[in-house]
Amino acid sequence: MKENLMNHFIFKQFFLLWIVLFNAFFISSAVRAEDFYAVKRAQMIKAIEADVRTGYGNLAKKELDENVIKALNTVPRHEFVPKKLQQSAYDNRPLPIGHGQTISQPYIVAIMTNLLGVGKNDRILEIGTGSGYQIAVLAELVNKAYSIEIIEPLGKEAKARLQRLGYDNISLKIGDGYYGWEEHAPFDAIIVTAAASHIPPPLIQQLRPGGRMLIPVGSRFMVQELLLVEKTEEGKISTQQLLPVAFVPLTGKH
Amino acid sequence: MESRPPFFTIALLSSAILAYEILLMRLFSIIQWHHFAYMIISLALLGFGASGTFVSIFQRAFSKRFSLAFLINIMLFSISSIGSFLLAQSVSFNPDEILWDHRQPLRLLGIYLLLSLPFFFAANAIALALTCFHQHIARLYAFDLVGAGIGCLGIVLLLFIAMPLQALFIIGCIGLTALALAVWELNLQQRNKVYFLLLLTGIAMTILQHHSELRLSPYKELVQMQRIQGTEVIGEYSSPLGLLSIVQSHIIPLRHAPGLSLNARNEPPEQIGVFTDGGGMTAITRGTGNPADYAYLDQVTSAAPYHLAQPERVLVLGAGGGSSILQARYHETRQIDAVELNPQLIKLLREDYTKFTGNLLNTDTVQLYQGEARGFISETKKRYDLIEIALLDSFAASSAGLYALNESYLYTVEALQDMLKKLRPGGYLAITRWIKLPLRDNLKLFATAADALKNTGSDNPGQQLIFLRSWQTGTLLIKNSPFTFDEIDALKTFCNARAFDLDWYPGITSEETNRFNQLAESYFFQAATAILSNERKDFFDRYKFALEPATDDRPYFFHFFKWSVLPEIISLRNSGGLPLLEGGYLVLAATFIQAIVASIILILLPLLFTSKTTVTASPAVTVSRKRIATYFSAIGLAFLFIEIAFIQKFILFLHHPLYAVALVLTAFLIFAGLGSRFSQRLAQPGLYLRAITFSVTGIVVLGFLYMLSLQSIFAASLALAMPYKIILTISLIAPLAFCMGMPFPLALARLGTIAQDMIPWAWGINGCASVISAVLATLLAISIGFNAVIVLALLLYILAWASFPAQRK
Repeated sequence: MKENLMNHFIFKQFFLLWIVLFNAFFISSAVRAEDFYAVKRAQMIKAIEADVRTGYGNLAKKELDENVIKALNTVPRHEFVPKKLQQSAYDNRPLPIGHGQTISQPYIVAIMTNLLGVGKNDRILEIGTGSGYQIAVLAELVNKAYSIEIIEPLGKEAKARLQRLGYDNISLKIGDGYYGWEEHAPFDAIIVTAAASHIPPPLIQQLRPGGRMLIPVGSRFMVQELLLVEKTEEGKISTQQLLPVAFVPLTGKH
Repeated sequence: MESRPPFFTIALLSSAILAYEILLMRLFSIIQWHHFAYMIISLALLGFGASGTFVSIFQRAFSKRFSLAFLINIMLFSISSIGSFLLAQSVSFNPDEILWDHRQPLRLLGIYLLLSLPFFFAANAIALALTCFHQHIARLYAFDLVGAGIGCLGIVLLLFIAMPLQALFIIGCIGLTALALAVWELNLQQRNKVYFLLLLTGIAMTILQHHSELRLSPYKELVQMQRIQGTEVIGEYSSPLGLLSIVQSHIIPLRHAPGLSLNARNEPPEQIGVFTDGGGMTAITRGTGNPADYAYLDQVTSAAPYHLAQPERVLVLGAGGGSSILQARYHETRQIDAVELNPQLIKLLREDYTKFTGNLLNTDTVQLYQGEARGFISETKKRYDLIEIALLDSFAASSAGLYALNESYLYTVEALQDMLKKLRPGGYLAITRWIKLPLRDNLKLFATAADALKNTGSDNPGQQLIFLRSWQTGTLLIKNSPFTFDEIDALKTFCNARAFDLDWYPGITSEETNRFNQLAESYFFQAATAILSNERKDFFDRYKFALEPATDDRPYFFHFFKWSVLPEIISLRNSGGLPLLEGGYLVLAATFIQAIVASIILILLPLLFTSKTTVTASPAVTVSRKRIATYFSAIGLAFLFIEIAFIQKFILFLHHPLYAVALVLTAFLIFAGLGSRFSQRLAQPGLYLRAITFSVTGIVVLGFLYMLSLQSIFAASLALAMPYKIILTISLIAPLAFCMGMPFPLALARLGTIAQDMIPWAWGINGCASVISAVLATLLAISIGFNAVIVLALLLYILAWASFPAQRK
């Protein structure tokens, strides 16, 4: 009987100890995961900054703006990728997010955001929400952002995700992006990440004079060039075709 | 061995395996991208090479139970031909991620190993038959070759009547039929039980077929489009030229207008998308009867020639869904001729969607011809004011360098010369291509046009060239006389209104270029100036992409890759440098390396593990392995070098790529088969050396003669009707192929008398060499041209003759 009690007592002790350890493990691992991603995020930004300095093609700016770095450092990219790819979320590479779509390479997101050079009061429109990462980064910089996604399930996922992460300043619509978003036009900046055979004329019309439109051209995994469309104050349209990469076709040697 | 060799089984099996190889290329073009075709070739290598080793190691065990081993291998071929593909397509492999994701190469390897299984089993069966019936080798080999020839023709026919996946199951069933035939030919007992079993398997396959479907990569354009709500595939048509999928979008309209000016306000009317192999979309546009609805076709770079003059007769090369025809009609052209290769696409326009297009084709102004562009150009007696090469390949495929390995006889110097000859005085040739950055296609085309003009007697090609571009497309205009001031004024007005850049016209200055769609520098103007000057060679050397014009001997317009740039591109990997890689060529190079590694493992390893001494029938004759290896790899390489080079030459004669390949390949295989059959008579003691000398002399003399004279023969018989061209082709190939069929069976028969156990090994080496040869021929043709490939092949035959495993006096 005494032995029995003794056993009982030991068992209880063990049980308590086990609960304490178990909780500690879980709490600490949750904290550790956040820390872990924060560290990874910082590393990613460092790597991108280095690439921007050496690379960055024929772009005017050779440094990322302070507020762009801050935005990249705030948005939890791992929340925008499928669970099983979270470990790779901060690698400088595009990742598949299902529905045949991808989340862009962070380097490309960084230079695109930098190129748009948006101010706090700018109104921005994105065609092709995808995971929602790009619009979340932009939403860190402006008061109001709009995004349109054509693939219904993808749009629903992005909507839920952005709500969960507290991005109240993003309005998301599921549908055809060809005609832009007339009610909220004109826009100071438009970013078109969905493939199209040409730039939809309505989007050019919804661009405010002095505004910029940016279109990454290429495949789902590889951005070939960045097309920067500018509208002058007089309404004239011109484009710049930027290579995201510092590659000069001529070596200049003679 | 008592029974008769299974000749017909070998023929049927060999036709099934060749058909399977071609079908796999088709299937992979649909579910992935078509540069995987080269990987398929190397799969066959893996299977054949491994089989040679396998059979030579276990040949004693196998020859005791030949029938059983033979039957089991055919059965396994039949099952794995279907099973391997179904499994392989469920592996989620994405080539775009291969440099980032370490699991992707493993998946690719998995697909590789899976798909090499059917080749392995079929090759096992053939190698077993060759070993166990070595006294009938020449006849067996003849049946093998003739079977392969029939398979090659058969699959082309089959793909017209069956969908690609159905064709896969049909090949599986042909495997079962071969098995039934084997049971009958080998006169086995318990035949009925086997037949019953085969029937059951056949039924199981039929049931499985109804539950299987092709799984396209989620990144293919067709699959991407199907994600959009309200989009559905309303029709599918299969032919060896490709799988056409007709797609309609009910909610969100399709709007295909590449290169549309940024100043344009119009959008296209309703369109239906036509995808080839799940990509390369072309649009069929609704005919509304109201010309204003097509104003968007005046807002693209390809509209330029219509503003310089009012062409009366226009020829469109590559009708596609008909948008170039619409464009010509919008500009009130009186007579429009168009050429389209794919008869099913023509049928869509002419019959199924004739109402939708508003009778686009059924008017007096439009004539649509089915045929290949180069062939039409060389045969037509008409002259045109404007010849247009339409932009039909998709930007995605073009920009990823997927066409790097494709021969194209449309963009060669000779092709442009032919086209210039068909222009009326003052006529234009207009070629529109995608703008790819850094500039490549457009520059190479400019250089090609300059060469073509020079060859047709122009002193100053720069006076006859114009280049304009939007951000997306660039159009090159080539005139058969210098451009006038009026034309240039009209051009400037056209470009200014549409914000298109003029990068070259006679008399242009640097300040006028690169204004609306700005590149970092005025690259096109700089390059054009260099190309037209005597600095040209130096410029080509310095430029980071290969820009030398393509010719008929080296028809690789889409090949831009330079090895010297690879390290730089890789170092720019993290900052978005990968798109600079021309994927297609790298796949070829990787395949070549893989082929060599596989050959070393499959050929050299067995050398290490088996004893050095050779079993000989008569102690007086020994033969070194080195000799055997040299001989069989030389003829393996040479056979395909010649075959591939002549296929290319005959494409220019017969024009239709598909039929040319099928006809030349079939003729080669069948006449080589006859040559092999004939060689059996010569395979007598004392006659071997004379026989091999006879055949090699024949090959070298004929090969050399053809290399020198084919072009003049073709030129003289250009006007012949197709049936006569086919007869001429066959009679030219027959004697050469006949001689080429002899060296392999002669040497095998010789081995049968002196070193029988070496037969499977020799078979494996020959298989490996043939497959390396297929890849190597393309690599060589890209850098040195097809004539050089032929010379190399003839030298290899001489090497083979010198190392023939026989005693010399």
